[in-house]
Amino acid sequence: MAAVHGDAHGHEHDDHHPSGIMRWITTTNHKDIGTMYLWFSFAMFLVGGTLAMGIRAELFQPGIQILEPELFNQFTTLHGLIMVFGAIMPAFVGFANWQVPLMIGAPDMAFARMNNWSFWLLPVAATLLVSSFFVPGGAAAGGWTFYPPLSTQGGLGVDLMIFSVHILGASSIMGSINIITTILNMRAPGMTLMKMPMFVWTWLITAYLLVLVMPVLAGVVTMLLTDRHFGTSFFNAAGGGDPVMFQHIFWFFGHPEVYIMILPSFGIVSEVIPTFSRKPLFGYSSMVYATASIAILSCVVWAHHMFTAGMPTVGQLFFMYATMLIAVPTGVKVFNWTATMWRGSMSFETPMLFAIGFIFLFVIGGFSGVICAIVPIDIQVQDTYYVIAHFHYVLVSGSLFALFAGAYYWIPKWTGRMYNETLGKWHFWLSMFFFNLTFFVQHFLGLAGMPRRIPDYNLQFADFNMISSIGAFGFGLTQLLFLYIMISCIRSGEKAPQMPWDGATTLEWTHLPTPAPYHSFEKPPIVK
Amino acid sequence: MGMINSNPKANVLMLKKLFIFTLIMFAFGYALVPFYEKFCEVTGINNLLNPDVLSKDNWVDEERWLAVEFDANARGLPWSFKSLQTNARIHPGEPITVMYEITNNSDREIAGQAIPSYSPRYLEKHLKKLECFCFTKQVLKPKETRQMPVQFVIDPSLPVEINTVTISYTFFELPEGVNVIKK
Repeated sequence: MAAVHGDAHGHEHDDHHPSGIMRWITTTNHKDIGTMYLWFSFAMFLVGGTLAMGIRAELFQPGIQILEPELFNQFTTLHGLIMVFGAIMPAFVGFANWQVPLMIGAPDMAFARMNNWSFWLLPVAATLLVSSFFVPGGAAAGGWTFYPPLSTQGGLGVDLMIFSVHILGASSIMGSINIITTILNMRAPGMTLMKMPMFVWTWLITAYLLVLVMPVLAGVVTMLLTDRHFGTSFFNAAGGGDPVMFQHIFWFFGHPEVYIMILPSFGIVSEVIPTFSRKPLFGYSSMVYATASIAILSCVVWAHHMFTAGMPTVGQLFFMYATMLIAVPTGVKVFNWTATMWRGSMSFETPMLFAIGFIFLFVIGGFSGVICAIVPIDIQVQDTYYVIAHFHYVLVSGSLFALFAGAYYWIPKWTGRMYNETLGKWHFWLSMFFFNLTFFVQHFLGLAGMPRRIPDYNLQFADFNMISSIGAFGFGLTQLLFLYIMISCIRSGEKAPQMPWDGATTLEWTHLPTPAPYHSFEKPPIVK
Repeated sequence: MGMINSNPKANVLMLKKLFIFTLIMFAFGYALVPFYEKFCEVTGINNLLNPDVLSKDNWVDEERWLAVEFDANARGLPWSFKSLQTNARIHPGEPITVMYEITNNSDREIAGQAIPSYSPRYLEKHLKKLECFCFTKQVLKPKETRQMPVQFVIDPSLPVEINTVTISYTFFELPEGVNVIKK
């Protein structure tokens, strides 16, 4: 945790912040807020992970053993919502809070009070979402995409989910406005846009995507709410509405959303790979353009989630080709990371292991994505475990592995202490093994026709499901090791050297003491 | 908090711009609704409420027989709804009129809207509906019974491997004040 170091720049500060719990409630410091975002998202990761354990426990054997179908559906729905909106997204905002000001030489975020507010909305939203399990009728159970008519028919749990999504959306929008303003207006002198670290670039583009599509999500859940309670018929066929229209509007948000969850992880990997290869990032400007191209393309591919919803052939062709086109800038990125490592003086500390694991497994997820983009194949695998395998390869071994890489990479800068390298490597290898055990076999299940969101299955799927469940339990337990590594690092880790990674070149490593002082860059550094 | 390398005024200006952009995107979400309807209307996707016109070069494929099944349901409103004939045997291209009957079993006036559904799903592309009770809402007084026609032609372009098609209608209750006719 960031200790208070008032004299880093050789002059005294008066830190007027209160102590104890009030410090955290009233803080406007980007490091405190970043820390809270990270702890919050980890807590939600454990909640969402617990739901995943429930799902895999039920699927351990055919038949209904643990979760009744109604509760199983609530588990899958809330697992998705909590992981997307509660774990992955806030974790990246936490990294942005800590790292963006440090990497561009700014003293804090542009709007410090709004920053505090956008964090403290999150526990409120999470409480609404999680407490919906305990209302009559239980939590929302129509899938994390809450398609009508299920979402217009559900009970109080759906209303709580709608309010929760509203609040989470407001928090995200405020966070993005803050990040955009900080990056565009508060860079140190000499830090031109094309000198910004890749992590900052990816977050700038992500934040623009967020202000572009989160309001559309807010709109579509508002329509759902008025359909449910105020007599409108946006999605009600009997009233002249159209449930398929919900899918179009939802995925207009939803597809950029998946890039919102992956672009910052591209940024983290683009910082870690050069550091541990001791070479500058290969093709920096092509990385920037590739990120921007991915963001733009992500806005015109949404209907590839709906190939079976009924669409003219020409529409299917357009969305198929547009989707496959995204593989081009993504391929540029993978090429550049590989070329950065090429003939580098590589070393394999935990952040680097997670970054390489990210590239390896994200490419598998990317390829299965291209396969799903092909219309006739998609019609076969729609709503099967093949799709589940695909998006867990990009979201778990993609986004989550990058988050782990970033956490190990920056924890010495944040706390002034080193994590236990041996345990870190154990965390990586166990995660790698159990992740693949869980999700690789799900490709086979999907190709054989096992549908998603169903608590029971045909006997022919039994073996692969048992393997997948064993992998999931192992993966879940392994993440408790991560918690232990981080807590023991923060409380009693060895003192970190000023520069723990000798290949790091960004401002937080070159221009700030380790740990980073509570107030940093009050005098902007000069970037040459 | 010293904002030495930042200009608060410029930041607030940026905040305002981005906030306005957020509001525009919220409105854009709603604008997608009429856009979607217009898009479907112009491209002829999802045409539920307008009669089709029979083209001049319509022809009857007398070589081929097609079995048509008629299905009728009332969902969530106290009406009885049935078709007066359960099936028909026709040639593709040949116009046919089928009568349906609805009865309001309740003591209140109820407005309902019928929504069609087809099997196979792509029948929609080959079905030319010239007249249908589903083009408008139906308002029934207490205990009222009404007979209503559907007139349609199934285009001979229907793939030859299809021998049987089903045309189904389901009546849903329209809440008061809601008028399905938006076009």
